[in-house]
Amino acid sequence: MVEILFYIFAAVALGGAIGVVFQRNPVGSLLFMVATLASLAGIFVLFEAHFLAAIQIIVYAGAIMVLFLFVIMLLNLGHDYRKDLKMGLGMILAFAVTGGIAGILVRQLGGAGTSAVEQALPGPEAMDQLIQEQGIIGSIARPLFTDYVVAFELTGLLLLVALVGAIAIAKRRV
Amino acid sequence: MEIRPGLVTDIREERYGMQELSPTAFLISSSIKVFLVFSVSLAVVAYMTLLERRVSGFIQDRLGPNRVGPFGLLQPVADGIKNILKEETMPATANKRFFILAPMLSIILAVVLIAVVPFAAPLPTPWGIVDMVVADIPIGILFILAFSSLGVYGMFLAGWASNNKYAFLGALRSSSQMVSYEVALGLSLIPVFMLAGNVTLTEIVWQQQLLGFWFLFPLSLAFILFVISGFAETNRLPFDLPEAESELVTGYHTEYSAMKFSMFFIAEYSHILVVSALMATLFLGGWSVPFWSGDHMFWFDGQLISGFTAAGAPIAAEPAVWKTLLTLMSFSLKTFFFIMVFVWVRWTLPRFRYDQVMHLGWKVMLPVSLAYVMLVAATILVLDQMAIEGFMFGAVLTAVSGVATGAFVFVLDRDRIMSGAAVGPDGVSELREPLPGRTDVLPADASNPLIS
Amino acid sequence: MSASYIPILMLFGVSIVNAVGMAVASHVLNPRRATSEKDMPYESGMIPLGDTRARFSVKFYMVAISFIIFDLEAIFLIPWAVEMRYLGWEGFIAMSIFVMVLVVGFVYEWQKGGLDWE
Repeated sequence: MVEILFYIFAAVALGGAIGVVFQRNPVGSLLFMVATLASLAGIFVLFEAHFLAAIQIIVYAGAIMVLFLFVIMLLNLGHDYRKDLKMGLGMILAFAVTGGIAGILVRQLGGAGTSAVEQALPGPEAMDQLIQEQGIIGSIARPLFTDYVVAFELTGLLLLVALVGAIAIAKRRV
Repeated sequence: MEIRPGLVTDIREERYGMQELSPTAFLISSSIKVFLVFSVSLAVVAYMTLLERRVSGFIQDRLGPNRVGPFGLLQPVADGIKNILKEETMPATANKRFFILAPMLSIILAVVLIAVVPFAAPLPTPWGIVDMVVADIPIGILFILAFSSLGVYGMFLAGWASNNKYAFLGALRSSSQMVSYEVALGLSLIPVFMLAGNVTLTEIVWQQQLLGFWFLFPLSLAFILFVISGFAETNRLPFDLPEAESELVTGYHTEYSAMKFSMFFIAEYSHILVVSALMATLFLGGWSVPFWSGDHMFWFDGQLISGFTAAGAPIAAEPAVWKTLLTLMSFSLKTFFFIMVFVWVRWTLPRFRYDQVMHLGWKVMLPVSLAYVMLVAATILVLDQMAIEGFMFGAVLTAVSGVATGAFVFVLDRDRIMSGAAVGPDGVSELREPLPGRTDVLPADASNPLIS
Repeated sequence: MSASYIPILMLFGVSIVNAVGMAVASHVLNPRRATSEKDMPYESGMIPLGDTRARFSVKFYMVAISFIIFDLEAIFLIPWAVEMRYLGWEGFIAMSIFVMVLVVGFVYEWQKGGLDWE
């Protein structure tokens, strides 16, 4: 059951990602992106990462993509803008960069049970134990506000910088 | 682990899933619940439209629809048949795919929200105890936050794909209004999470039973903020600018007719239903019957308990069919009350101006809810440190929140913080300057009762 | 625990079928008598002029940015709120610093007029 659902969600995520690239209409691309992010949330649920799944939809699909939507409207990209695509050298560069990132990811994450990332993690039994003891949200909240509190405060600063930057850009002309 | 009533954070054991039911029984009971909840909520939505029209009629001293069936009870059926048989229009310049997709997206995302709301006490059956909630998922209300935040796309797509200026402006307005109040909505839930110690609605109901207080009292300001942002999220008066008939010709769904229009309508009323059910669950004890401890039921450590002894040992609960029915009635009455409030407010308050909506959302709701979150947190921590529990705990929190609410209501007094009609530096309305060549406009005069 | 999501999937299935059914039923049953007037966008009887998808004010962009920032703040508040009584005063202080940092941004935005809507 879990495997079947995983492959369904994975197929939707991949299909959505392909749709983002091949859709000519920016709004269509955006909807495919939302579908991809939502099915990633489904995969998170299958991995028992419930809070992460909720955040994935609230923040990525529900907030960041709304910003994208506003930006698309702001730039008036509502039409077919095939002309804007940079062919030739730009295209080669784009494929090279994407391929490079994909390669690094495969190197880091590939090979079940043997990759460096997987070995650094506590493993499924330890995770189940933790969720059992501290709950879905507690197992995130307790480390976040104790061990990783500096990173958490830095996130606040990052958000502040983003806000101030947006004001500086948007208010220049007003 | 030491367990004391009132100290909520200790209670988090494995309790989701299928302890009492076999997998087959779980699947069958889930299918029945899904089917029942889906059809009942659609029926309720259909009759909410009739209710709204009848109550509007009552408020305006007229009859309202009363011809189709006794008391007009068949009116929603007639409306449905009519809408499905009407001609659908679509502007030639519209983006066809997105135009069709938008209402479907809206209705799908609106109808699923009810899934996590518990509507009665667990029901004992020969095959095990069935929870009276479609899905008791561990993320609880975050599910509703997540999928209602996706509702923006339905609206925006509708307005954008219509290729109509009114529709596009309506979509823009509604999406920025929705995102503005989503923040306040999320922040008004934070104090509830603090008291409940979890985000599932079943546990929120349980903690209200355990505390002996509806969260309405210890978290009164959170309730007010939640109601305001709930009205804004559902685009109801006084926040119905996206649909302002007189300015935008119903806004984002101007170009929609027949069943596609109905789908937006159903989505909107489902939202009202869910928000009403949430108000009842978060702040009015959900399905629990007031002043009665016989309905206290919660899954704890794999068993259904009704509370704890003084030593901290769980007491087994006694679920019964009549208890389930009674609590279902309690839940329905509370939800019905809030639906009536929605209708009542519609004919009580005038519509905000758009700058007032944004002003209220960002300059009032956001700072007030943030300050209130920190106030509640500090109060709870102080009370915990002094080891105050039970009734005193709720009473002190009620007093603190009462003071905060009083201050909020006092400060929010209209002219103090919200700008009225555009007022110039000398206190005279700027909009009242006579236009060139027109004499029918009131002169700028501060003593004119129509202006001040 | 993922098993508790099965009813959600069912409900999604039912509501998707319902939505598609409604759209298809009305598409099959509704009469189509298109005229050139019906095909026009409805703008109160005026002949539509200009481009509908005009650029809109940067204010909407400011709303979206502020929304993301403060929505993230609310998201960070959720785990803290749930575990607030366990984390105690240390957690409270950590969260106060976080909130104060964002309040600085909020005050700055307010002063700069980023929240004004005229």
